[in-house]
Amino acid sequence: MSKRIAGPEIERLIQLLSKVPGLGPRSARRAALHLIKKKEQLLAPLAAAMGEAVDKVRVCSTCGNVDTADPCMICTDARRDSGTIIVVEDVSDLWALERATAMNAKFHVLGGTLSPLDGIGPDQLNIKQLVTRVAEGGIREIILAVNATVEGQTTAHYLTDQLSGFDVKVTRLAHGVPVGGELDYLDDGTLAAALKSRTVF
Amino acid sequence: MEWRDEGIILGTRRHGETSAILEVMTRAHGRHLGMVKGGRSRRQQPLLQPGNRVELIWRARLDEHLGLFQAESLESNAARLIDSAIAVYGLQTLAAHLRLLPERDPHAALYETLSVMLAHLDDPHLAGELMVRFELMVLEELGFGLDLSECAATGSRQDLVYVSPKSGRAVSRAAGAPWRDRMLALPGFLAVTAGRGAALNDVEDAFRLTAFFFTRHVYEPRGMQQPDARAGFLAALRKHHAAPASHHGESAA
Repeated sequence: MSKRIAGPEIERLIQLLSKVPGLGPRSARRAALHLIKKKEQLLAPLAAAMGEAVDKVRVCSTCGNVDTADPCMICTDARRDSGTIIVVEDVSDLWALERATAMNAKFHVLGGTLSPLDGIGPDQLNIKQLVTRVAEGGIREIILAVNATVEGQTTAHYLTDQLSGFDVKVTRLAHGVPVGGELDYLDDGTLAAALKSRTVF
Repeated sequence: MEWRDEGIILGTRRHGETSAILEVMTRAHGRHLGMVKGGRSRRQQPLLQPGNRVELIWRARLDEHLGLFQAESLESNAARLIDSAIAVYGLQTLAAHLRLLPERDPHAALYETLSVMLAHLDDPHLAGELMVRFELMVLEELGFGLDLSECAATGSRQDLVYVSPKSGRAVSRAAGAPWRDRMLALPGFLAVTAGRGAALNDVEDAFRLTAFFFTRHVYEPRGMQQPDARAGFLAALRKHHAAPASHHGESAA
């Protein structure tokens, strides 16, 4: 049995930090030690920020995004094009698209993809809310920004079926060569998809 | 323990932050699961998509362990198939059917049929008929095969239009006439003497036929539901046949 090297409070901190993505037990120990060393500058503000987040963070009842207000800042932003909704799998995808600042549209977070292997069906995803948003009117285009995986595309096809009764244009992201990508290093599937969806230059 | 085999990916499940549990249908080792270290990396993810054919090396200390898979691409089918609704629902349906088989139980004939299916799954004129034939094969491999070669009552091979829900055997029009309300329809393309090509109505009849025996012999005894993807597959076929020829592009866009 390994000997304890710190009190239960520190051990608990290490144990909780080790559950954060990207951190294992070793790196959690380093992070905990760093926080403890910078108790006033880092640990106390971090604890306060986390406490505040616990109290205020909620899931937007309109789009499924996480924010401190419901509806979220994106849903209430009047400068955004409310006629276009970008559908994403997860909040991390929403943040990635927002970082790209390519489109000033509204979003809808599904909360995953249809996955029979993991037992995730349409009822476990935020699909009904999307259909309700479209049914309320004022939407011209739905952009399906789901991952280019079989599960992602199954979800995209399912959504297309669900939205087929509405007068709304349904589009999806292009599949192909990433910026900075070298053809020699790309897998055959991506190359085939890129050739299939080639455009006039 | 170590073996090498060819396999078709049925699904992947996340395992931890970087790894994946891979489910494959192999030629000699049946449906098999194993862990792929780094399976969620940018390099590995496109390879580990359902439908792709891969060369596999499986290693484990003991045979009963989950083991580690090393996969190398042989054929990237997923990228070709994901644009078609029929194909993606078809892929999920095939995987759901293969999950009815016990793990690590070789079914070489099913593997070969699966390879053929993947080549034609995005062809709406063939996919329905092929799926029905695949379902009949799965039923047979599970021990509930239907005998559609001759009439159960008369032994005749002509004019077979019914299937007895009791025995799962074909019945000719004349012999089945008194019980026609209780009989299941046998679509022409499934009869031994039939040529190739099936109309949508026939495919739907055939799906009803296989669904009946799947439900009775497999789903009900195991307390399972029919896979949602199967209904999606049929709906996508119907949609394709209902759409005017100019709309047969099939993409979500």
